[in-house]
Amino acid sequence: MTATNEFRVCPDTGFRVHLPAEALMKVNAVAAVVFLLIGGIFGLLVALTRWPAVHLLPADLFYMALTAHGTDILLVWVIFFEVAVLYFASSVLLNCRLATPKLAWLAFALMMIGALFANYVIVIGQASVMFTSYVPMRAHPLFYLGLILFAVGALIACGVFFGTLVIAKRERTYEGSIPLVTFGAMVAAIIAVFTIASGAVILIPTLLWSVGIVSYIDPLLYKVIWWGMGHSSQQINVSAQIAIWYAIAAILFGAKPLSEKVSRGAFLLYILFLQIASAHHLLVEPGLSSEYKIWNTSYAMYLAVLASMIHGLTVPGAIEAAQRKKGYNKGLFEWLRKAPWGNPVFSGMFLSLVLFGFLGGITGVTMGVEQINLIIHNTIYVVGHFHGTVAVGTTLAFMAVSYFVVPFLWQKELVMPGLAKWQPYLFGIGMGFVAVFQMGAGTLGVPRRHWDMSFADAVLKFDFSAAAYLMMALAGIFSVIGSIGALAYILIMVGTILFGEPKRAAAKAPAPAQPSAAESVRHGSAGTLEVPGTFVLALVFLTTFVLYYYVNWKYLSELWLMK
Amino acid sequence: MSIFPPKERLWWNEPIERSEVLWIGLAFVWAMIMFAMMPFWHLSGGQNLSNEAYRVVPEAYGQKVEAAAAKYKVGEDKASGLPIVRPPVGGDAYMLGRTYEWWPILELVKGQSYRLHLSSMDMMHGFSLQPVNINIQVHPDYEHVLTLTPTTSGEFTIVCNEFCGIGHHVMTGKIRVVDK
Ligand code: HEM
Ligand SMILES: [Cu+2]
Ligand SMILES: [Cu+2]
Repeated sequence: MTATNEFRVCPDTGFRVHLPAEALMKVNAVAAVVFLLIGGIFGLLVALTRWPAVHLLPADLFYMALTAHGTDILLVWVIFFEVAVLYFASSVLLNCRLATPKLAWLAFALMMIGALFANYVIVIGQASVMFTSYVPMRAHPLFYLGLILFAVGALIACGVFFGTLVIAKRERTYEGSIPLVTFGAMVAAIIAVFTIASGAVILIPTLLWSVGIVSYIDPLLYKVIWWGMGHSSQQINVSAQIAIWYAIAAILFGAKPLSEKVSRGAFLLYILFLQIASAHHLLVEPGLSSEYKIWNTSYAMYLAVLASMIHGLTVPGAIEAAQRKKGYNKGLFEWLRKAPWGNPVFSGMFLSLVLFGFLGGITGVTMGVEQINLIIHNTIYVVGHFHGTVAVGTTLAFMAVSYFVVPFLWQKELVMPGLAKWQPYLFGIGMGFVAVFQMGAGTLGVPRRHWDMSFADAVLKFDFSAAAYLMMALAGIFSVIGSIGALAYILIMVGTILFGEPKRAAAKAPAPAQPSAAESVRHGSAGTLEVPGTFVLALVFLTTFVLYYYVNWKYLSELWLMK
Repeated sequence: MSIFPPKERLWWNEPIERSEVLWIGLAFVWAMIMFAMMPFWHLSGGQNLSNEAYRVVPEAYGQKVEAAAAKYKVGEDKASGLPIVRPPVGGDAYMLGRTYEWWPILELVKGQSYRLHLSSMDMMHGFSLQPVNINIQVHPDYEHVLTLTPTTSGEFTIVCNEFCGIGHHVMTGKIRVVDK
């Protein structure tokens, strides 16, 4: 069965690594980074076009580039990376061989072929329909086929993950329950299966429609089911990203969750609720009842929001408890001040946590209110919101963990440690301000997915306020900074993989500090402590949330009357 | 340690930290308040989106809009040649979206209510009234009817904010609101 020569033991961390799993993690991570580069370049082109003074691309290329940006970055980069995370959380953390590496290679091939198909038709201009591809707008069939192949590949990868869990249990490679991080990854994988099923239900008929076999697809039905996929795929991201937060807290600080029960319970809430909460994408649609919208957004969503708020406390709380145990006990915040802010694994993770909560979380819940959505739907505010979730939340968390995972997988020293120190700040703060200014412009009514807010070629003119132009210009400027941050990440990763020095086994690289799992075991038995600092931070968060929420109700109440 | 199996095998028996209990309580109460706000606003707020919608064949909707426009036309916009239509106060006002225009121009009276009908002849469009900033999705095959009462007067622009094709960014329309 399992030949021992299929494993290596990592000298730094003590993990036993299954070599076929290692190869698979490597290819998926590399594919992810390549598509981050492609998607990021398209993002920059789009941003430079929406910056009114630059207005770089002509209209047709703009809509093409926007479709490519959404597809490559939201689907391809994120999901390839998540597959690598799934393999890590199952095979490495459970100390187990990966189930059916052959199938995992098939999954990789399908995802790659799918991504290439989709990119090809987008770039030749045959699929400028945005990644949402709302009917009755029609793309080249290859676009839908590409997405379907990609999804099937991802589904197989989830199967490999579940298979590995089963093997680990059967072969008793671990004792007791699976680790929290693996549990979080499992939640992500379960949601992924639901997501891909919704995707199949809507994309397969749409493919048939695009080649003329199916004659009609109801536009409302399409949207409802599409968001069954589109929304739940964001829950995959949230679960994966939170699993990574917990993992980093454990790797760097030896942090143990405040209580396993609460953290696992919160993950379970995601499965129970978040994945069906797709109605917040449909709040101003005709033909759906308010009862459905309210039930769906509150019953289903607020309990999931509750779950996210719990993780928002327990992740930094776990770090605080671990730090206090080590003696950083002065005042409320010594534990945080003395954290390794120069280590990109930590700074990326902590920025991701804070920015995700404040920029992505609060705004998402607020605009997910049935009535408040009237002042936000399809404005560029929405784009600001999800750069707050997927860019400075998910993507930044993935970047942070890469600084640990890439040297670990390739057994190389990180190149350009000086740049690495700054990279999370460049990307996090750059894209964070992009989100803020996009939201500002959206509040002033600027539409998303729009080539020309000056309406120069329109028969009926309209002038947005000078403030709206200023917001769009600032979003443009910070997009450049954020893109430099993304590029720095890619350079460091590719540089490390290609030119990194082989790892010096014993000596720890000074910057960024190489995390050591072996060491964390020693501190790992930290008992639970009170976490006053984290609690204060949580109260600041809640206060901001409440204020922001009611400011939007106030703004809504000034609108024309409608019923 | 979150990356290793829980040390305590019976982790579900561990006590929960006090900060956690408190926080879960606070967050839960907040979630319930947010939940209550939506029905509350339906009962006592002035801005709620109507649920009235009908399935409609685009051509049939187009004919209705044209018939109403012919009946209530009061003029023509010089720049665009679009008819200016002044629907009866308290009555039905029809507007359609198609690539790439909103048709016709409506003239409404401030403080009066209208039943505004919205639908699309082709793609999905986004009805985004500026600078008031009301945003509603407009589907083909669905006729959405909402009761709208302008509370400010002047000239307002409808921007399309759902991507509908290569001319999406030139798709604008007008609603004029007069004081009487
Ligand atoms: C590299 C830096 C990035 C820049 C400069 C950037 C910029 C932009 C801009 C300007 C838009 C278009 C707004 C519009 O006209 O509607 C956009 C859309 C979008 N971005 Fe980014 N972005 C970046 C990174 C990311 C990342 C990391 C993600 C997610 C993982 C992301 C996800 C999206 C999505 C999903 C859209 C919507 C596409 C659509 O409307 O179809 N972006 N981005
Ligand atoms: Cu349109
Ligand atoms: Cu449009």
